Amino acid sequence: MSLRESMPFHFIKLRKIWYTISVLIILPGIISLFLQGLNLGIDFSGGSLLDLKFNQPTSIEQVRSVLDEFGLEGSSIQRSNETDYLVRTRELTEDENTNVVKELSDKLGGVTVQRSERVGPVMGKELIYKAFQALAVASVLIVIYVAWRFELKQGLAAIIAMLHDALVVLGVFSIFQIEVGSDFVAAVLTIIGFSLMDTIVIFDRVRENSLNKKKGEALEDIINRSMWQTMTRSINTVLAVLFVLVALLLLGGTTMRSLVLALLIGTLSGAYSSICNASPLWFDFKRMETKGKPKTAKA
Amino acid sequence: MKLDKVLKLAGIIVGVAIITVLAIWPVIPNVKWIPFTNLIKQGLDLKGGVYVVLEAVDTPDIPVTADSMKQAMAIIENRVNAFGVAEPIVQLQGSRRIIVELAGVSDPDEAVRNLIKTAYLEFKTSDGKTVLTGRQLKTAQEGKNPQTGQPEVNLEFEPDGAKIFAEVTAANVGKPIMILLDGQVVQAPTVREAIPNGKAQISPYESLEAAHNVAILLRSGALPVKLEVMEKRTVGPTLGADSLNKSIVAGLAGCIAILIFMIGYYRVPGLVANLALVIYTLVVLMIYAALHVTMTLPGVAGFLLSMAMAVDTNIIIFERLKEELWSGKTLRSAIDAGFKRAFVAVLDSHVTTLIAGMILYYFGTGPIKGFGITLSIGVLASLFTAVAMTRWILQLVAGTNLIHNLKLFGK
Repeated sequence: MSLRESMPFHFIKLRKIWYTISVLIILPGIISLFLQGLNLGIDFSGGSLLDLKFNQPTSIEQVRSVLDEFGLEGSSIQRSNETDYLVRTRELTEDENTNVVKELSDKLGGVTVQRSERVGPVMGKELIYKAFQALAVASVLIVIYVAWRFELKQGLAAIIAMLHDALVVLGVFSIFQIEVGSDFVAAVLTIIGFSLMDTIVIFDRVRENSLNKKKGEALEDIINRSMWQTMTRSINTVLAVLFVLVALLLLGGTTMRSLVLALLIGTLSGAYSSICNASPLWFDFKRMETKGKPKTAKA
Repeated sequence: MKLDKVLKLAGIIVGVAIITVLAIWPVIPNVKWIPFTNLIKQGLDLKGGVYVVLEAVDTPDIPVTADSMKQAMAIIENRVNAFGVAEPIVQLQGSRRIIVELAGVSDPDEAVRNLIKTAYLEFKTSDGKTVLTGRQLKTAQEGKNPQTGQPEVNLEFEPDGAKIFAEVTAANVGKPIMILLDGQVVQAPTVREAIPNGKAQISPYESLEAAHNVAILLRSGALPVKLEVMEKRTVGPTLGADSLNKSIVAGLAGCIAILIFMIGYYRVPGLVANLALVIYTLVVLMIYAALHVTMTLPGVAGFLLSMAMAVDTNIIIFERLKEELWSGKTLRSAIDAGFKRAFVAVLDSHVTTLIAGMILYYFGTGPIKGFGITLSIGVLASLFTAVAMTRWILQLVAGTNLIHNLKLFGK
């Protein structure tokens, strides 16, 4: 028997559990965001990055001793393997950059600069400003669209589910202090888009089922039925996205890794929130409307 | 079995196969647009190169004006063209920023240094008076000294400059004349005799290439404003090629996994979906080629994600199709009803993702813009292929009457 007929549990009746799970996942992330924030890459904070390939095996100490000569003690040196290093420093001028690379090359037996980035502090601020602007504009437009196609309360529920996913990803990146760059902004916006897609497919089914509901069927049962009807689709779609993302994570280059990781976490969170948060939240909003008294809705 | 529908179906498959070959295989040599994926530009992160944002800053002596920015742009363009790379981009952003993109330069950092050098040439007499500047220069050319064989830069002045140069050298025989570049003394030769022909040399240089770089700077003229690097991203050619190969391998692996999954789970419709996905990919690649979209690493991710969306669209439709079959409809009416009902969900979900994609394109810069555009194109193409192609092909398959077992359609 398929899931859509057996309906092993009632999604709406169990909604307190879903809210609790969400809160338990998001809360540590929020605390971490407040305590240690995000590990902002040079895209946001400004600075210089050098992706180096030495001609011979080199140790972190050797690299550090050369950087110390230039007063770059606070630099982060990340070793990918014996010869490959990522060095992040404060913003270096073109001359400083040249001197550092020359010294590294002379002292440590030759080096190739695979990638070099320099971002001024002004650019970082502009990026943050633009990121928030993009998020805000996207949210507003999406609420308007959903409110037009469905109803305002569904739009709000969808946006909350969306913010849920953004917070989950931000939280995970904050807890593990994974560096975020400009592609992180793209990742968060895509996650939002995907999460919304899932939510809307379910809302669409609820809309349809409400139009030809069985006699005496309560809203919570309609929602529950709709969710089980779309369950196979939800699972299969996440699987399809995961195939692509896992392939990119395992086989794609290192430069894409944090983008793909953010998308991976966000996709899972998006699948969860569109099923377990968006529709239950909408149900709670509807109840407030019909009973006219406020109910506590966590999340 | 209906022969005409079978033939039609076979025709589609053959057609898709031919276009696929045209997309990736150089079947006809010497035709530039075959394979047409060649028309898709590769971004700097895939090809290697440098992206730099320069900003003009006011100094106490020289404020930035619209006029000086125009001159600066022209000089930067001259210098960029001298690098001899294919399709360089120099554009003005706002009123004070110049964005330069160069692909395939061997030493990107050196290129950036040469871009921002002021290259202000001065000739000073021993009493510190500036007698000539780069403005009076006609041309500068690297060369080798015929006697010593050392690399040098040969200067030639405009007639008015040559006249001044002749007077100055005549008045300063036995005294040094200083040649300064950007305020630093490059050389201070002693004048042996008056030079009437307006020609001078600066030497020695380490290599002919070093002399060549200085000559380019002098020829392009001095920058009228001070330029500072606001942002710089360089990618070496090896890393770029490596990223490109890895994303192709990763992309193929992800796609193959999806294709297998679709057949394994959805049987005949899965097969149809896979055909539709191949068509989808071709459509998207053709749009990229036609619009000359620049492919970046985030762009690759955007493309693959939109592909996953196209898969999702098919999944929504097939789940609907199954439901319609369960409710006892015939195959053909189930296909019609399934599409009709799935369309609303598909449309709404695509529009919302499109909103996110367009906003990324609008607000993003560089690679993020690339991500936004590939995602948006992908979403539109997904809507088209899933709704038009999948439906049409599915009806065609149903019409052939080849498959009688509805279980193969998921019932």
